[in-house]
Amino acid sequence: MMFANLLGRLNWQALPQDTVTRGGAVSMVVIGLGLLAAITYFKKWKWLWREWLTTTNHKRIGIMYIVVSLVMLLRGFADALMMRAQQATSVGSSHGFLDSNHFQQVFSAHGTIMIFFVAMGLMFGIINLVLPQMLGSRDVAFPFLNALSFWLFVAGMVLVNMSLMLGEFSAAGWLAYPPLSELSYSPGVGIDYWIWSLQIAGIGSLLSGINFMTTILKLRTKGMTLMKMPMFAWSVLGSMTLVVFAFPILTVTLALLFLDRTLGMHFFTASGGGNAMMYVNLIWAWGHPEVYILVLPAFGVFSEIVPTFSRKRLFGYTSMVWAIWAIVVLSFTVWLHHFFTMGAGADVNAFFGIMTMLIGVPTGVKLFNWLFTMYRGRIRFTSPMIWFMGFIFLFTMGGVAGVLMAVPPIDFQVHNSLFLVAHFHTMIISGVVFGFFAGLTYWFPKIFGFKLNERLGKYAAWCWIVGFVLAFAPLYILGLMGATRRLDHYDASLGWQPLFIVAGVGALIIALGVGLQLLQLVYSIWKRAENRDLTGDPWDGRTLEWSTPSPAPEYNFAVLPVVTERDAFWVAKQTDGTAEKPVYKDIRVPRNTPDAVLIAGGVFLAGFGLVWHIWWLVAVAFIGLMFITFRHTLRDDDGERIISAADVKATEAEYAKRRITA
Amino acid sequence: MSTEMTHTAETQNPADKTLFGFWLYIMTDCVLFASLFATYAVLRNNTFGGPGGGELFSLPFVLTETLILLTSSFTMGLAMLASRGRAKRQVAYWLGITFLLGLAFLVLEVSEFRHLAHEGNSWRRSGFLSAFFTLVSTHGLHITVGLTWIAAMIVKVYRSGLSGHTIRRLTMLSMFWHFLDIIWIFIFTVVYLMGVL
Repeated sequence: MMFANLLGRLNWQALPQDTVTRGGAVSMVVIGLGLLAAITYFKKWKWLWREWLTTTNHKRIGIMYIVVSLVMLLRGFADALMMRAQQATSVGSSHGFLDSNHFQQVFSAHGTIMIFFVAMGLMFGIINLVLPQMLGSRDVAFPFLNALSFWLFVAGMVLVNMSLMLGEFSAAGWLAYPPLSELSYSPGVGIDYWIWSLQIAGIGSLLSGINFMTTILKLRTKGMTLMKMPMFAWSVLGSMTLVVFAFPILTVTLALLFLDRTLGMHFFTASGGGNAMMYVNLIWAWGHPEVYILVLPAFGVFSEIVPTFSRKRLFGYTSMVWAIWAIVVLSFTVWLHHFFTMGAGADVNAFFGIMTMLIGVPTGVKLFNWLFTMYRGRIRFTSPMIWFMGFIFLFTMGGVAGVLMAVPPIDFQVHNSLFLVAHFHTMIISGVVFGFFAGLTYWFPKIFGFKLNERLGKYAAWCWIVGFVLAFAPLYILGLMGATRRLDHYDASLGWQPLFIVAGVGALIIALGVGLQLLQLVYSIWKRAENRDLTGDPWDGRTLEWSTPSPAPEYNFAVLPVVTERDAFWVAKQTDGTAEKPVYKDIRVPRNTPDAVLIAGGVFLAGFGLVWHIWWLVAVAFIGLMFITFRHTLRDDDGERIISAADVKATEAEYAKRRITA
Repeated sequence: MSTEMTHTAETQNPADKTLFGFWLYIMTDCVLFASLFATYAVLRNNTFGGPGGGELFSLPFVLTETLILLTSSFTMGLAMLASRGRAKRQVAYWLGITFLLGLAFLVLEVSEFRHLAHEGNSWRRSGFLSAFFTLVSTHGLHITVGLTWIAAMIVKVYRSGLSGHTIRRLTMLSMFWHFLDIIWIFIFTVVYLMGVL
């Protein structure tokens, strides 16, 4: 009895009971143990701790974000394949290989993981990797906070994946609408896993938002006025503004659902004076800006790639800036279009319908600006450009479908149908995912010092584009035929199966694309000697990050650059030649600290305790957190160390030599 | 692009960026409270057969709480004034007074909560009471964090004096404390005054 109390709700029943989950859990444990064994065998623990786990350098943190997100992409993609397989086979008398409850967990996990632990992770990864260098800065504004954000992201990620091994995951969809997600209808731990993994990762994102906003507004190099910033920086500024305004709403919403479930409150319950639609309003007041939080940085990536590979400056810089800010403001005025069917009345629906159509305008401005940038440019069709063209084609299609659904009467017809599912996958995959893949390919040499194999990259991009059309065009049609989302079984007489099979084939072609990307990565690392970037500027780039060596030294810039115009590096390449001999000074860089990973570890334990109602664990974690936080706050130094001018000089001389041999 | 010769540190002033970042944090906290106020506004009439604000709140009691908190904001201001004059002991003294006032406020708030719960009007009673307890105690939790922070700063001021680093932290603490005061004014108005009147 005592023992049972100690573990809260946790007991042997929590271990996976069915074969599919068991398979997933066992493979996850095996991979995890294999990884730990490999680190031990190669004696890499000390290296891992010193170079990575305790680092506060933005480039290292960026790389870790990307690695975690790509692993999670594989997990979320496996969920997608399971859903495609289920829907292609579960028809008539056959019920597929997943039962309803399990299918619901799969689509909930797919959505949660893809948005929070893939898209957000890739976004913060890319921002970390390139933003400071673009601004001519040595790091982000708050390096420690940056590390903390990352480790909170990891803590949330571990909690999501833990649900596969212990207990269950939410079966209430990626946004867990009440009253289904309330205790009376979902008594298990699934929703609690969902709440706490999102809450923890979400607070990390909020801190990142503050951090990057401060970085952009306070840490630009000399002469870089706002209107001389690269467009990627503007996009990130817009996106982070949204983070700062939208994520607190998520924090509150999740907290209220937790209070309902754990303390018996009545915010969203069906009885006791609760109001379930308030949850739906709150979650979308965060959720709609979230869409733009993800897509704006991807737009920013394209705004860098298109000029570079067209050898022209970006068309309509000022209108791009205005478009970003129009999107930022308007994105807070459209949330109700996610539930026109709530019954708010014709006037309210008309308002939100019109605002939704309006937000398409600045997005259209951006599309035309990219096209005009390409117009009469000297275009190089590299793999980032293939991703871009796939994006512009698919995104326009998806956007048109979106404007269609902005009309409330039409939305009533396709609400919660596969048409909607197809629409938002078009926006997020072609907009966000293609954007970040393009960005990763583009900045890969800057980060690792060698290019990715172009041929394999192009194959992968084409597989994704073709596979995407095959996978989602049928869903538009099925949606119009009346197929609702989240179906795990349907009647044979509906005649839907052929289309679901085509969608499944499309998913397999995307899987081939993912396979090619993995192959590309392995092959490029193997052949890295042939693709080394010794100049630091492999694509003939335009912005400051290409002026540093690849990979850039810890301090990014030995001497902070002075900017006089847009596309500062391009201008410098046209005019420079007689650089004065630089005078090096001591450089302050952030020192490593274990505090970030320790705090996130404590938060993870607290989250785990809250999921399983292991209250002593929550208390212990809380006390530990207080202790670390106090120690961190009361320390007297500023957490920096100094790289001496002589060291900087030696490093720079090394780079100069390398450049000459290239 | 030419290269910068002399002022390497000029563009990256740490004091400036830390305070700016803290302003942004306060803005996020403001949105957090705004969401809670919105929730309260939606649920304030959902009493589910239970008592409403008019029957539960005592204005003189809440006014006492309010005056105590306002005074604590004033004494926090005095502490900041003392820090300008680098008067270490005075800073600690005023921080101490602020701490005691904050503590008194918290004790009153908890006693109000206990009283409500005792009479069977806890947060489980209705949507209105859930929203009330959550909004007010979120402010209370912030006050608790503020109190811990004040205590830590008293230790820090005694231990390492009034360096630029410490003054920066004091500035943030005082911003935080004044912000909580403003939020309380809104709670006083929206929850208590509009609930009773």
